[in-house]
Amino acid sequence: MADANIAATAAPVPGGASQSLRHESAAMHVQGTASYIDDLPEPRGTLHLVPGLSARAHARIASMNLDAVQQAEGVVAVYTAADIPGENQISPVGKGDEPLLARDIVSFYGQPMFVVAATTRGAARRAARLAVVEYEDLPAIVDIAQARENGSPLVWRPMEMKRGDVLAGLEHAPRRLSGRITVGGQEHFYLEGQVALARPGEEGEMHVTSSTQHPTETQHMVAHVLDRPANLVTVEVRRMGGGFGGKETQANACACLAALVADRTGRAAKMRLDRDDDMTMTGKRHDFVIDYDAGFTDEGRIVAVDMVLAARCGWSADLSGPVIDRALFHADNAYFYPDVRLRSEPLRTNTQSNTAYRGFGGPQGIVAAERVIEEIAFATGLDPLEVRQRNVYGTHDRNVTPYNMVVEDSITHDLLPALARRCHYAQRRAACREFNATSPYLRRGIAITPVKFGISFTATHYNQAGALVHVYTDGSVQVNHGGTEMGQGLHTKMVQVAMREFGLGPDQVRITATTTGKVPNTSATAASSGADLNGMAVLDAVRRIKRRLVEFAASHWNVSEDEVRFAPDGVHVGHKVIAFSHLTRQAYFARVSMSANGFYKTPKISWNGDTGQGRPFYYFAYGAACSEVVIDLLTGETRIDRVDILHDAGQSLNPALDIGQIEGGFVQGAGWLTCEELVWDEAGRLRTHAPSTYKIPACSDRPRVFNVDLLENAPNREHTIFRSKAVGEPPFVHGVSVLQAISDALASLDGYRTCPLLDAPATPEMILRTAQRLRRDRPPAR
Amino acid sequence: MAVPAVCLEGGEAVRGHRNKGTGLTGIRRYIRFYVGNAYHELATIAPTRTLLDWLREERGLTGTKEGCNEGDCGACTVLVVRLEGERLVWRAVNACIQFVSMLDGAQVLTIEDMRAPDGSLHPVQQAMVDHHGSQCGFCTPGFVMSMVAGRKAAGLGQDERGIDDMLAGNLCRCTGYAPIVRAMRHAMQAGPDHFDAMADDMAARLRTLRDGTTVDMAGPTGRLTIPATVDALAHTLLENPDSRIVAGATDVGLWVTKGLRDLPHVIAIGQIADLRRIEVTPQGLFLGAAVTWQEARAALAEILPQPDEEVFRRIGSVQVRNAGTVCGNIANGSPIGDGPPVLIAAGATVHLRRGDTRRTLALEDFFIDYGKQDRAPGEFVEGITIPVPAPDTVIRGWKVSKRFDQDISAILGAFSLTLAPDGTISNPRIAFGGMAATPRRALRTEEALAGQKWNDATLEAARAAIMADFTPLTDMRASAWYRSTVAANLLTRLYADCGPQAARVPTSVHAACTATGDHAHG
Repeated sequence: MADANIAATAAPVPGGASQSLRHESAAMHVQGTASYIDDLPEPRGTLHLVPGLSARAHARIASMNLDAVQQAEGVVAVYTAADIPGENQISPVGKGDEPLLARDIVSFYGQPMFVVAATTRGAARRAARLAVVEYEDLPAIVDIAQARENGSPLVWRPMEMKRGDVLAGLEHAPRRLSGRITVGGQEHFYLEGQVALARPGEEGEMHVTSSTQHPTETQHMVAHVLDRPANLVTVEVRRMGGGFGGKETQANACACLAALVADRTGRAAKMRLDRDDDMTMTGKRHDFVIDYDAGFTDEGRIVAVDMVLAARCGWSADLSGPVIDRALFHADNAYFYPDVRLRSEPLRTNTQSNTAYRGFGGPQGIVAAERVIEEIAFATGLDPLEVRQRNVYGTHDRNVTPYNMVVEDSITHDLLPALARRCHYAQRRAACREFNATSPYLRRGIAITPVKFGISFTATHYNQAGALVHVYTDGSVQVNHGGTEMGQGLHTKMVQVAMREFGLGPDQVRITATTTGKVPNTSATAASSGADLNGMAVLDAVRRIKRRLVEFAASHWNVSEDEVRFAPDGVHVGHKVIAFSHLTRQAYFARVSMSANGFYKTPKISWNGDTGQGRPFYYFAYGAACSEVVIDLLTGETRIDRVDILHDAGQSLNPALDIGQIEGGFVQGAGWLTCEELVWDEAGRLRTHAPSTYKIPACSDRPRVFNVDLLENAPNREHTIFRSKAVGEPPFVHGVSVLQAISDALASLDGYRTCPLLDAPATPEMILRTAQRLRRDRPPAR
Repeated sequence: MAVPAVCLEGGEAVRGHRNKGTGLTGIRRYIRFYVGNAYHELATIAPTRTLLDWLREERGLTGTKEGCNEGDCGACTVLVVRLEGERLVWRAVNACIQFVSMLDGAQVLTIEDMRAPDGSLHPVQQAMVDHHGSQCGFCTPGFVMSMVAGRKAAGLGQDERGIDDMLAGNLCRCTGYAPIVRAMRHAMQAGPDHFDAMADDMAARLRTLRDGTTVDMAGPTGRLTIPATVDALAHTLLENPDSRIVAGATDVGLWVTKGLRDLPHVIAIGQIADLRRIEVTPQGLFLGAAVTWQEARAALAEILPQPDEEVFRRIGSVQVRNAGTVCGNIANGSPIGDGPPVLIAAGATVHLRRGDTRRTLALEDFFIDYGKQDRAPGEFVEGITIPVPAPDTVIRGWKVSKRFDQDISAILGAFSLTLAPDGTISNPRIAFGGMAATPRRALRTEEALAGQKWNDATLEAARAAIMADFTPLTDMRASAWYRSTVAANLLTRLYADCGPQAARVPTSVHAACTATGDHAHG
């Protein structure tokens, strides 16, 4: 009874929580029968929508002639901002800076100005191109450097996070260095693009099926745009074809435009963006320029760190405020900074409004932290792993973050050497150096990096969740909760929670689509929190029902309540075992309610952004990765030869799915830092707006040897769902080891004397440029 | 007097089909093919209607997904099965840039057809479930189709590199590919699938669709001609100089899906037997205009041997190479096509035909300027000939791009030269893509090499010469600096790869690693 939360209810339930189970939709996925929104049968008369996008980065709309659009074949309606009955506003943070359709001013190349509704999607696409728009150009600010030069306004209050006296710390530090790192952005490239289907109902009702990570917010946006109460709007999503943060707020535009057309025409309306429109319109991961100033000792111990983190936020705030804040929250990664000051610059630019993306700014902060470590390693001549080990958070001292939270659960000091031993880091590092000594064109590099990732929404009120569980008289169970499924396996884990508690198999527990009609007032499925929050809410609902069933069974069969147990072979009632369905049928006749909603709010957390005080995170998730790469000095091409990852998922809810999150997160993180490059031209036009020009990792880019292990016997010290840890975002950070390994390979060019200062993404061109810079200090070898 | 076309568009699935005559004209006014086991005759379909849109919008077969609509992500992968000779040939293609009009005589299999008749999962599907190969599931049907095709393709997929090749055209954003590769390794070991048992029936059915006639049909949205012979093609083109030849549609497809262009008259040449010839002639290897990259790959690798088939295996992906043709890569005149530089370096000639008039010119002379080729209205590329290289000829081609597989080259350098035993270079032919408005020879560089001993000084001279040969552009793929630097560095790579013995060292990251695998899990 010491820990009811971790003890199994009875005998282990096969496939129940804490055990591997295939994805609940796996069989449907492989047969093509898992339905995404565009696969659903279309209601009679469904209209197809295409947005008309601006062709200027910043301009006044002098005139917009849509006659030809109107008259094009198949077009039923064309709407502009003037046709919106409610607010022309979809800022997710209430800032009022994000019109759904541009009215007078366009603020980035690709901003929606109007929407075409036609009988076919092809007709709508053709018609949208017939608009005649005259622009009066305004000065456009495209990147961070231009924004700084021109004193571009900030989209959000800048944050300053500090502890101690950083200036004094730097001044008195035995050694000191400063530098800058540029970190690129990233397109989500969810395979299923943005899509929504709106169906009008009675008396202003609107049902929207949306590929959204945040149905409640989508519901609110639709309600505001249509000027009606939330109880008329239902938003539903069964599954997304990938999200990664790109559908946390970016789904709202499609949903609102579809609802607008459905409302105005009385017909169902579907908007599914073409990939090029999607990439041109929607926000991405923020790119950063980070300046750092660090003081340290000859032994490589950090004394003080001062950083300024500037981000390209795009034309509106969107989630940039909390994203940039989280970059600050992670600019320490796993390291203790005795004196520290971290400052943010969320810069407004005339580009897509950058948004949530797996890690939510955290990875960018961590990249900077690892650069500081690397610089200190070169300055002191120490192995970067040694510098890391000397600076990781302690458990009893050296354990306070820049935001004054005490790190209670640090394990990095054990994790790093454990991984190093497992993967023979020291021998392989020596082998890389030996290889490099005689290899003129190919160079090898190796690096280990840790991750410490804070788990909880930093907006404390988001840390709540609801669930609704029904048990039917035949003993079948339906689980609903507020989280959304985007491939991460959340629904599977929620089914497993109910399976474990009721002793049922996967066929007896059914997950349903997420809908605001069943569980209201939910949070985005984001911040890795889906299983933590909703799992506890499902558990709460399940246990409410169980309590009623136990009470009933005890009185009905005349046993004590602790003689009633739910097990895989049935419900144990005293000495007999009865089928779950028998219990539920009897309970029904006895008029026992077998439906319950559950609720959860994360304990212990609080955060005051103004004072920089509190405990924003319930706990931290940890891990470490070792990457070995080979680079080609003639072309800058890279290959990842081997990766070893040791990751802390607590007492994993589903080891198979968690390993999938780690493998996938790693490759996505490595892609971010290597081949994925966003390029805008001087006019602010995104030139990489399709997979032909924007390259996410392909199959052959995966590590040749790829060893992923979960940390064993590592239950979460906090009371999370069955002592698991969140696993969505933290493994993304393991990709940082690839950047560091490439840097290690490059450092061989001048005998490991200089930090290569490799910026990201480390495309072939970036690697070749860095190599050239490193060589410049030395006479050419030939 | 045409036969009234029977159109089953939107209609019910029909078992078997009416093998009716084609009328006195010998011209068929409809196309016919199978989707799964359902037979279709279409008489009015738009010639540029894509297979993906048709499957999803008209057939309700929504298992096939649209990820990018430009042939880069593979979510729409389907199988096109044809009877060629007496052999069933299975090809994975991207349905988004495959026109329905190209499918005459074929059987299309989609994800909906992969389960066995008894309802059990295909071994590939089962392996994907067992190895947790799907997460969001959106790319999964496309992967399954590529994997099923991979099992059918001889010589593919036996090792890790084969699996990489097989899956290079399918993007997954969730899994990091590791569990998919595990599933594929497992599925390669599985026994025959239900299609193997059906092969004879499939062949018999497809055999009945062979009638050797020209198809010419017109609907409200355009005209489609499928000439039965190359002579018919020549005449049709002469009479309709504004028509558009489509072989594999890997380029033209994008004009339609992204450019929203109308093509009022499409001439589909992909199945013209005369143009599908791969022949060794006294002049060299002849490839007809309808020979795909995949079909040409083995013959090209034999005549132009490079380590690892470096360039040919990296053109597009399986799906793109199964549709795109060698000659289409030439005829479209792209400055960044991967074929032309290699073929120019190899001294290929292109055969053009207009009506009954034929001419042959050096491939490099075909490319005049950006978007401009030496091709008259009504004239078409009938084929190319690649001469057999002299003994001791060194052939190398290197593609450099942000991503190894399925990327468009930032730069592609191709080299052909002969090395005498004393190290003297003769007959250097060097061509580059991505360095100019057209694929072009590096004439100054060739001059710097010709007749010289292959040594450090010659290399330096060649590196200097190549800077004078090209003035490349900066774009989203690479800067002018990068292109120039890498162009020179590829000469260094050539030197290190096949220069004097003393200079030889490994130069490619892609050849540098052999170990593969993992110790995980499932």
